[in-house]
Amino acid sequence: MSGLGPDLAWVDAALTSARPQALAALLRYFRDLDTAEEAYQDACLRALRTWPHNGPPRDPTAWLVLVGRNVAIDATRRQRRQDPLPDHDIAADGDAEADMAERLDEQHYRDDVLRLLFICCHPDLPATQQIALALRIVSGLTVQQIARAFLVSESAMEQRITRAKSRIAKADVAFETPGAVERAERLAAVAAMIYLVFNEGYSASGEGAAMRLPLADEAIRLARLLLRLFPAEPDIMGLTALLLLQHARTPARFDADGAIVLLEDQDRAAWNQAMITEGLALIDKAMRHRRRGPYQVQAAIAALHARAATPHDTDWRQIDLLYATLEELTPSPVVTLNRAVAVAKLRGPQAALAMIEPLAKPLAGYFHFFGLKGGLLKQLGHNEEARVAFDRAIALANTAAEAAHIRQHLDQLEKEATAKI
Amino acid sequence: MLYAFLCYNDEAAVCAWSKDEEAAVMAQLGAVTDKLAKEGRLGPVARLVPTTAATTLRKDRDPPLVIDGPFAETKEQLLGFFVIDCSSLEHALETAKELGRANPGGSYEIRPLLQFWPGSAGA
Repeated sequence: MSGLGPDLAWVDAALTSARPQALAALLRYFRDLDTAEEAYQDACLRALRTWPHNGPPRDPTAWLVLVGRNVAIDATRRQRRQDPLPDHDIAADGDAEADMAERLDEQHYRDDVLRLLFICCHPDLPATQQIALALRIVSGLTVQQIARAFLVSESAMEQRITRAKSRIAKADVAFETPGAVERAERLAAVAAMIYLVFNEGYSASGEGAAMRLPLADEAIRLARLLLRLFPAEPDIMGLTALLLLQHARTPARFDADGAIVLLEDQDRAAWNQAMITEGLALIDKAMRHRRRGPYQVQAAIAALHARAATPHDTDWRQIDLLYATLEELTPSPVVTLNRAVAVAKLRGPQAALAMIEPLAKPLAGYFHFFGLKGGLLKQLGHNEEARVAFDRAIALANTAAEAAHIRQHLDQLEKEATAKI
Repeated sequence: MLYAFLCYNDEAAVCAWSKDEEAAVMAQLGAVTDKLAKEGRLGPVARLVPTTAATTLRKDRDPPLVIDGPFAETKEQLLGFFVIDCSSLEHALETAKELGRANPGGSYEIRPLLQFWPGSAGA
């Protein structure tokens, strides 16, 4: 939307903020995504016509749900009877009608929004489609905005979203209020999808990075939305904290030329302090529940980095323990690889090398494995072996920035070699 | 007399501000608070972390109950406050309108302070 001019920016903001709940309630009512979206669009058009004159309704979400529902019902009736109804039967121009609407209590909204998010993470959909769908449906980004973030053409993105929608239209989604177990499963799936959205934005580098960064902001918005609806879920607190603490470092992650700046070389004064404050508050809250989960552990690790005034102050012992917990919760070679970084700081490069040795096979095609291996070998003065690892890393680099970073190491080795001669 | 200006707004809408919007609002507010500071009328100002980071202690029972989330679930949330010296309610309302022009949307609840300890933390 936007483009409304400064005086009407509040209409835009109110519509954006009401979107997930209003659309989710309409979906429960119509049980069909296309109908719900059309109803919501119609309600927005009416809001743009009436709100600037009448001021904001007391409950914008309820207003949009009621109007959207009435417009859609009327459209169906008209189709059936070919008999137009007078306009005043449809429209709700103020608070009075919204007050008469079925009271949509928070309980309902909660499961509605969760369902809307859950639909987007249907297991049949590949990750990229899940993300595109969530951004289009829940966040309400335009196809053009999403296409730009994914660096694809608008028509390609349009196709991708249409395909994803037709797939979920065939899927069976329960519209009854979910039970405790089902709710927990949905929450976990949605949390994973939000993390995907975040990484899509956060892990980008190079030319497209600035274009994709809004995805990270959007993911934080979705995580906050989920947390507002489920305020006592430690995993959702952990997820939100994790996203905030990682995103806080964004201003320091690349230098002016777009080259990667490692955590220990980053200008910590450039980290976003507001995000760190919020992230630390959330991880503190989550820990009180004593129900550990992978997002919480990762957020706790990010929190230790955020709390260290200088790289030297980093509590590597605690980070090592947290990675050990993470290995227990979600065993994976990548987690062990990350733990090895802490081990290198604590017990030296030799111990870390021994730790990643068994990972050579599972991570044979993983850029970061060879990046770390090369770094450790270089620290030990095994320059020739380091060069081999770095060469492999460059071959596996996912972005130009990653390759350039490894190139620096190789250049250093080169310099040392010539200096010796 | 000192007045508290409690800032209420839809947190989701405020959190949805883009970086530029955020910077623009803060710059406009800064112009007003700078003026108030020059007049010697500006007391403490605070902006709160979103209510998702809030924890509530119900102390009407023993042991007290700790609840995740804000004290009240409201459509507009308490997002921060100003303490400003004003000569009268009229004066306070004028000041509030000025702040409101710098940052439209939401409401200010204006309440005179009964007691005030400037404190020493933070600084």
